[in-house]
Amino acid sequence: MTVRDVETAPGPPEPGRPPALSARESAAWVWRQLTSMRVALILLFMLAVAAIPGSVVPQNDINPLAVGDFRARNPALSEWYDRLGLFDVYSAPWFAAIYLALLVSLVGCILPRSVQHWRAMRAAAPPAPRRLSRMPVYRRFEVTATPGEVLDAARAELRGRRFRVAPAGGAFVDAAESAAELHVKSDGYLGGSVAGEAGHLRETGNLVFHLAVVVVLVAVAAGSLFGYRATVLVPEGSGFANSVIQFDGLSSGALFDAGNLPPFSLEVDQFDMQFVEAGPQLGTPDEFEATVRFTPEPGAAEQTRTIRVNEPLAVNGTLVHILNPGYAPEITVRDADGTVLAEGPVPFLPQDNSFTSTGVRKVPVGPESGLGEDIGIQGLFLPTAVVDDRGPRSIFPEPRNPALFLTAFHGDLGLDDGKPQSVYRLDTSGMEQFRADDGEAFRAALAVGETVQLPDGYGSVTFDGYVTWVNLQIGRNAGKEFVLAGALMALAGLLASLYVRRRRAWVRVEPGVGAATVVEIAGLQRSEGGDLETEVDGIAEGLLGRLPAVPVARGTSRATPAGTARPDA
Amino acid sequence: MDAAALGEWSRFVVAGAIAAFIVSWLAYCADTAYRLRGRRVVSGSAAAVGAPAAPHLARVSGTGAAEPIGDGSTERGSEPVVAYDQADRMAGVGYSVTVLATLLLGAGVVLRALSVSRPPWGNMYEFSITAALVASIAFLALARTKAGRALAVWVVLLVFVTLSLAVTVLYLPPGPLVPALRSYWLVVHVGAAVLAFGLFTVAAVVSALQIVAERAESRGVTSGLGASLPAATTLDRLAYRMIAIAFPIWTVGPLILGAIWAEASWGRYWGWDPKEVWALITWLAYAAFLHARATAGWKGSKASAVSLIAYGTVLFSYFGVNIVFNGLHSYGGL
Repeated sequence: MTVRDVETAPGPPEPGRPPALSARESAAWVWRQLTSMRVALILLFMLAVAAIPGSVVPQNDINPLAVGDFRARNPALSEWYDRLGLFDVYSAPWFAAIYLALLVSLVGCILPRSVQHWRAMRAAAPPAPRRLSRMPVYRRFEVTATPGEVLDAARAELRGRRFRVAPAGGAFVDAAESAAELHVKSDGYLGGSVAGEAGHLRETGNLVFHLAVVVVLVAVAAGSLFGYRATVLVPEGSGFANSVIQFDGLSSGALFDAGNLPPFSLEVDQFDMQFVEAGPQLGTPDEFEATVRFTPEPGAAEQTRTIRVNEPLAVNGTLVHILNPGYAPEITVRDADGTVLAEGPVPFLPQDNSFTSTGVRKVPVGPESGLGEDIGIQGLFLPTAVVDDRGPRSIFPEPRNPALFLTAFHGDLGLDDGKPQSVYRLDTSGMEQFRADDGEAFRAALAVGETVQLPDGYGSVTFDGYVTWVNLQIGRNAGKEFVLAGALMALAGLLASLYVRRRRAWVRVEPGVGAATVVEIAGLQRSEGGDLETEVDGIAEGLLGRLPAVPVARGTSRATPAGTARPDA
Repeated sequence: MDAAALGEWSRFVVAGAIAAFIVSWLAYCADTAYRLRGRRVVSGSAAAVGAPAAPHLARVSGTGAAEPIGDGSTERGSEPVVAYDQADRMAGVGYSVTVLATLLLGAGVVLRALSVSRPPWGNMYEFSITAALVASIAFLALARTKAGRALAVWVVLLVFVTLSLAVTVLYLPPGPLVPALRSYWLVVHVGAAVLAFGLFTVAAVVSALQIVAERAESRGVTSGLGASLPAATTLDRLAYRMIAIAFPIWTVGPLILGAIWAEASWGRYWGWDPKEVWALITWLAYAAFLHARATAGWKGSKASAVSLIAYGTVLFSYFGVNIVFNGLHSYGGL
């Protein structure tokens, strides 16, 4: 219902229906609902449930290959997934809507509570209720000390126990005044009380926790605007300079400035891979280690550094990590005259845990080649080769019996038509496979150093050897210091809000029979946990210890049953 | 002794612990059965003599640890007394054997640690036996209380089922860790997860019993499992306390330390890896539990239901994510 409706049709509400809410009232109602604990609870649940699909459906920014695979297998379903943003759950509008609603709910809840808490912290503890005996924990005994002495002792004892002590007068004498005044002012009625409250830190912690969660979320969001992550595949013996054109892949935030990349360069001198050589975990990775020559900025002195799996290279807040390794066989292609058309290592992609790797060597027609056609070599690199009924494959990731299995194509590689191509795959649509003399597809298996002639005088292919390659990740997580600070703040707040107990204690004195003074002590738990009974007993003991005289009698002592602790609402 | 032999010994000792847990489970079953029998006889005889069933028979207060055995109002008091005596004896046997089983399990975990020369939580087998050890120690801390005794059958059952799964399906002989796991962060990050896992497990059992107890109370049931339990409010508080301990541990270990390690290992502190997502879901679910207990209308069994759902997410982030998803945390060894 809009404002206009209310203004133009103010007629009496239909019987049985409450009067319509004004826009203002509706807004207030929505705000109250949104900031209520119940809605926060529902939003928490919704966020948890909304996070689930992202762990089930492959995600674009985590595993784009898996997304492509999924699309290929389920084209119709993928269309729906796209509409629902299920391939990008964590940046989907509906996911953002839930956490933003939760954020608003949270802020809307903690701001008023902070104001309230600020007042509560500055306010005096409420004065002792008229009948202390109704409090959950209650002790009563008599002492020979004067009421003033008892109150002073009570005040000291409560302060010693880190209670915030406020004088509480009520119908009685203000206990802040000295014992001498007490006698004078009280008109024969010698009495008074002290009220103390402890554990404001609980609510402080609670508020800090929620505030810190907001800090974490804001820092994560802001940081993602400035951060970036890039990957570069570097064969052993090569290097790269830290600039966008040298990256194989780059994902960055909206406010990322490529001009701000630290201008370092890096050469991978050596990349070692070791694998478990025996036992049940045979063939699993044991150690990856890259020895790099690192130049912080052009013209600076070169340094030698080591990068291991859990030990990235840190450059001014940018981290260089080892992502994944592989082998790059060195394949030289010559034409019939022996002119080298292509040489050097070609990174192959591992297909299994034993590093059975596939890759291609593309030899486009060049001015110096005597060919009229492109040549494409499709290869299988096997660090420890066996050939069995499942065909050629590797059985161990380290090079024990390295071999290159290959076939070759001639024709048009399709490099000129402007379409981006994978460097690991051959587009054979414009190509024809070489045929051996018997008409079968041309195949060869080479050991290191061996050469095979291509059919029809096209030239030769030599397997010179291999190097390792390492895929390095270069990235900066902007704002991570703030995220960490927020998380630690949240933790501190959480601990305080869970373990600090808020409770009140009162001590009241009244004149007893003769020279005796009746002391009443009561406690009220305002949050869960802890043992208030013991604490009140402790207060009683401490109070007695602070009195100049010994008690006349330890009178009636009564405790109501447990289970009356009142949790914070 | 070489690593493989130590590993074998560890497995034998863990198997011995399983046997001991089964014995203690049977003893606790007998304890429960005797207690239920005693209660039936007591309430039956009270009805027989025409006296209204005393309320303290239906519900033993959480603070009063005494069983209603010496109740003079029952004329045929000897039968329940015998039943309660036998129950106490069985609970004593159960407790002693659980101590023995826990010691054996502890020895098995230590032997495993020696055989791999690192904290024993590098794969699902090691994680499971260590988490079972945490759960059984947490249980032993409570075992002598009335609530602990009510938990016994269920916690011990969970422990030996987990251990049995571990030594059969999840078993992996000792071996080195993949490079990504070789870090001191493993000690604290996974160590905290194990600790929280064990505590959440016991808390979940308490929450389940809380629901049973609250139902029994609201229906005024005076016999059966529900009536044999401690007061629903006692169980509610106990579950809350355990979760209040485990929740910050979960916040530190899996989330904060996990993020720090992820930055060192993978170059980002948060990347929506399935394990990260589920650790967050678990955190949100337990946060919901803590909020539920502070919300009017959600106290008691509704909060306990939230606790059980949250424990479901713990189980899934452990078993489900390791088995179903292929993320960066695929270290389970399956």
